Amino acid sequence: MAYSEKVLDHYENPRNVGQLDENSKNVGTGMVGAPACGDVMRLQIRVNDQGIIEDAKFKTYGCGSAIASSSLLTEWVKGRHLDDAEQIKNTEIAEELALPPVKIHCSVLAEDAIKTAVRDVRAKQGL
Amino acid sequence: MNLPIYLDYASTTPVDPVVAEKMMEFMTPAGHFGNPASRSHMFGWQAEAAVEDARQDVATLIGADPREIVWTSGATEANNLAIKGCAHFNQRKGKHIITSRIEHKAVLDTCRQLEREGFEVTYLDPDSNGLIQPEMVADAIREDTTVVSIMHVNNELGTLNDIAAIGKICRENKVFFHVDAAQSAGKTAIDVEAMFVDMMSFSAHKIYGPKGIGALFVRRKPRVRIEAQMHGGGHERGMRSGTLPTHQIVGMGQAFKIGFETLATEDARIEALRTRLWEGVTDMEEVHLNGSEDQHVPGIVNISFAFVEGESLMMSLRDLAVSSGSACTSASLEPSYVLRALGLNDEMAHSSIRFSIGRYTTEADIDAAIAQVRVAVEKLRLLSPLWDMFKAGIDLSTVQWSAH
Repeated sequence: MAYSEKVLDHYENPRNVGQLDENSKNVGTGMVGAPACGDVMRLQIRVNDQGIIEDAKFKTYGCGSAIASSSLLTEWVKGRHLDDAEQIKNTEIAEELALPPVKIHCSVLAEDAIKTAVRDVRAKQGL
Repeated sequence: MNLPIYLDYASTTPVDPVVAEKMMEFMTPAGHFGNPASRSHMFGWQAEAAVEDARQDVATLIGADPREIVWTSGATEANNLAIKGCAHFNQRKGKHIITSRIEHKAVLDTCRQLEREGFEVTYLDPDSNGLIQPEMVADAIREDTTVVSIMHVNNELGTLNDIAAIGKICRENKVFFHVDAAQSAGKTAIDVEAMFVDMMSFSAHKIYGPKGIGALFVRRKPRVRIEAQMHGGGHERGMRSGTLPTHQIVGMGQAFKIGFETLATEDARIEALRTRLWEGVTDMEEVHLNGSEDQHVPGIVNISFAFVEGESLMMSLRDLAVSSGSACTSASLEPSYVLRALGLNDEMAHSSIRFSIGRYTTEADIDAAIAQVRVAVEKLRLLSPLWDMFKAGIDLSTVQWSAH
């Protein structure tokens, strides 16, 4: 299967790889997927008092498209408000990365990851 | 060293230049292009002689009589012809077939078709090393069993089944024994007499011959009868009609001849390369060999690099041509059914890479492969949340995953 240039770029130079302090009140974590399915994404966001995402980090176990989807997502969510970030649709990710049909589930997983991370930080802050 | 490095010989092999040259002699107007079935002129006689020489070369590699070799389009057709042909011919005796869960799809899907026709099939589970033990076959044989089909060498693992022991059991129980030898011909010694094999499938392109040609060994004494699947001019003693592709057949014969002559030396050379590859990665953490340490052909090495997904690993190994048991490399999104049948958890199946070594692999190729694998695995583990968890001492099997 041929990969799009954008997938290759994110795969070769993944953005925002890393980990934020899971226990911090300002950090939301979205861990989605399962090893048995061949992909696990961990997306973390740190928000300020205005609900703006100041930083985002990820680590992903999965195919190149899964890694690219999560890398792209970290770029997209930085600087956005939580309300805005949770609106990101998997179709936007799939379109941006030109994912073939068999890889659409990677973008679905990325959408799940950001939604879960937003929920997590909201729950921590009692929002 | 030529890049990319080809380490996918179990998938297919390049045609040996000697083979290609010989094939060229049987196509053009200046060559022996005749139809081997033309009995009335020199063109036909020359082609027929070449086909019979090739038949002898294939028979020699496996200790058979040339009259027991039937040309087919490949191992897939040979498997279909053997299993359907024998099951159909003997269906008044019984409609039970035994095979294993880790056979090639050409065997499994053929058995599925027979199930749709009303046959009953027992699929044996391999042991954790990927081997079918003779007693598993013995225990599964019933009064109405007519055919047992077990592969000689597994294509994903390289595991080598004890065909002689299984064959003896089948012979004692008067059950026909078919062996898919696509991955073993030219890689390990074959003797259809000593192994009590009734039918055996071969492919040319796995042993440096051309694609599109194969053969089925069909025993004459005691005679094995099969129903033809392809009807027509009655070629191949009625078992497989269709004009014989002389150039393909000649290529297969030459490839089997070279395979026979080089078997011993190549076996030792490739075993050394295999050991070199395995020793080059085994000191890394959480690297596992899938298959059998001692019962294998040297050319296939299947390794799981835990916490790294196979497809992304292959993406990193751009200069290596290898294959993976990961789901992501297949359209079905299911990880390898072979690795799962070993009882390996899905995560390990997703993390597997098959390296297959062949005639043109050098030590330098293996060293370059080791270096690339080490860099790629390290890079991807730094990207892997599972690796973090493993390092933090978390047992992944205890985690509640949000499966999707």
